[in-house]
Amino acid sequence: MKREIPILIVGITGFAMLIQYFIPTDWSEFIFTYSQDWVIVIGIIAMPLGIWSLVKANVNKLKVPGERFYSAVLLGGFLIMVLTCLKEESRMAGSFHMDLFNYVLVPIQATIFSLLAFFIASAAYRAFRARSILATILLLTAFLIMARFIPLGPISIINLKIDAWILQVPNMAANRAIMMGIGLGATATAMKIILGIERTYMGHD
Amino acid sequence: MNIFQKMMQIDRRWVYLAIGLAVIIPSIKSFDVPVTVSPEVKRIYDFVDSLQAGDYVFICVDYDPSSMAELNPMAVAIVNQAFVKDLKAIFVTLSQFGPGLVEQITSQLAANHNKINGVDYAFLGYRPYPAITILAMGVDFSVPFPQDYYGTPLDSLPVMNGIKNFDDVKGVIEITSGNTADFWLIYGNGRYGFPLAIGITGVMSANYYQYLSSGQLFGIIPGVKGAAEYEELVGFPGEGKAQMAYQVIAHSVIIIFIIISNVAYFATRKRKAGLEGGNQ
Repeated sequence: MKREIPILIVGITGFAMLIQYFIPTDWSEFIFTYSQDWVIVIGIIAMPLGIWSLVKANVNKLKVPGERFYSAVLLGGFLIMVLTCLKEESRMAGSFHMDLFNYVLVPIQATIFSLLAFFIASAAYRAFRARSILATILLLTAFLIMARFIPLGPISIINLKIDAWILQVPNMAANRAIMMGIGLGATATAMKIILGIERTYMGHD
Repeated sequence: MNIFQKMMQIDRRWVYLAIGLAVIIPSIKSFDVPVTVSPEVKRIYDFVDSLQAGDYVFICVDYDPSSMAELNPMAVAIVNQAFVKDLKAIFVTLSQFGPGLVEQITSQLAANHNKINGVDYAFLGYRPYPAITILAMGVDFSVPFPQDYYGTPLDSLPVMNGIKNFDDVKGVIEITSGNTADFWLIYGNGRYGFPLAIGITGVMSANYYQYLSSGQLFGIIPGVKGAAEYEELVGFPGEGKAQMAYQVIAHSVIIIFIIISNVAYFATRKRKAGLEGGNQ
């Protein structure tokens, strides 16, 4: 029963959601709205669990000498952001919470992301070498796509057209093939779960 | 080690230094970069431009501060255009860091254009689970958002009078750095059929051009260049145009390094082949 009941719940829910999508009636609308409420409820329950897990893991790390600094920063940051956001006014521009967001979080995230430019430049220098026919095609394509950001007078207009063709013809064909593969795979997996063939999501107990 | 071998093995710290200088130079002496407007950007501009005063446009800001430099300029340009045309704008975010960014954009631009929150525009706030939120908004905006971001019930906002769901908005513009564009395509455009356009980071653009060809999207604003093009069309030169100078120099440096690497690669290969031929 420990395995059968969850499989039954998944099967019934899966089929109900599948059918309601194709039959637009009042009852299917009700099933849809009701299931949405359930997802939100489950999400709300999952959130404190996540917070508890995060806090617990980092409180434990506080006891480890080498790791306690980062955990302390994390817990401190977490508490400050939560405590400064308790009042309704804290959501408005100019509040302490929004100042922390604008002047601490925004620069931190922007700085970390901007480091990517250095790694991309280094990686492009090492990787983009015309070692074979395929590598040459990749190199030329990357070259043309990157060149569209550089103003080259009349050449830019021609390059823009070539880029549009690259993006909308070979790129689209490759992307569609990948997407169709993913779609078919996802459908097959979903059907296996609904029919109870695929059971690994329940664990091994 | 000859010159070509050295060219092939430039220490990565020199590459970092070159990129560092490439982004520092325009900050000391900036310059104007001419941009050619691409059709996919122009279509979004034309769409917003064709709307009448009082029409509703739905803007979803789904990015976080890490992509702010790239996506904020396009969000600002679109909101500027919407406010100039006296359109009613509904803002939503499906990114947990989005509320701060929307608050920043709307409060600043609303002050510039004398627009009032709740009357000329509404910010509904943030909800997790993009698919569920989009599907629920298709039924009624007040299902996932009974109150706006500031805690005011949606029914009491003048801007929300007479609108219920996506049927009442002229189109949706999604600005994102993540996979929320997929949710808007599948659960938004796919289920409810509203016109959808996206503003995305440069690296994401190749993945979404297919939807432009299929007609699921009517326009794409790709990266800073797209933002600069949009600013050019709107007539509000801002961060997008300013950032083009940095982008041009940085991309030129990367292209130069790729050329150096390949010239050196071919020269050493030729030399190697020549030596092997000589030995035989």
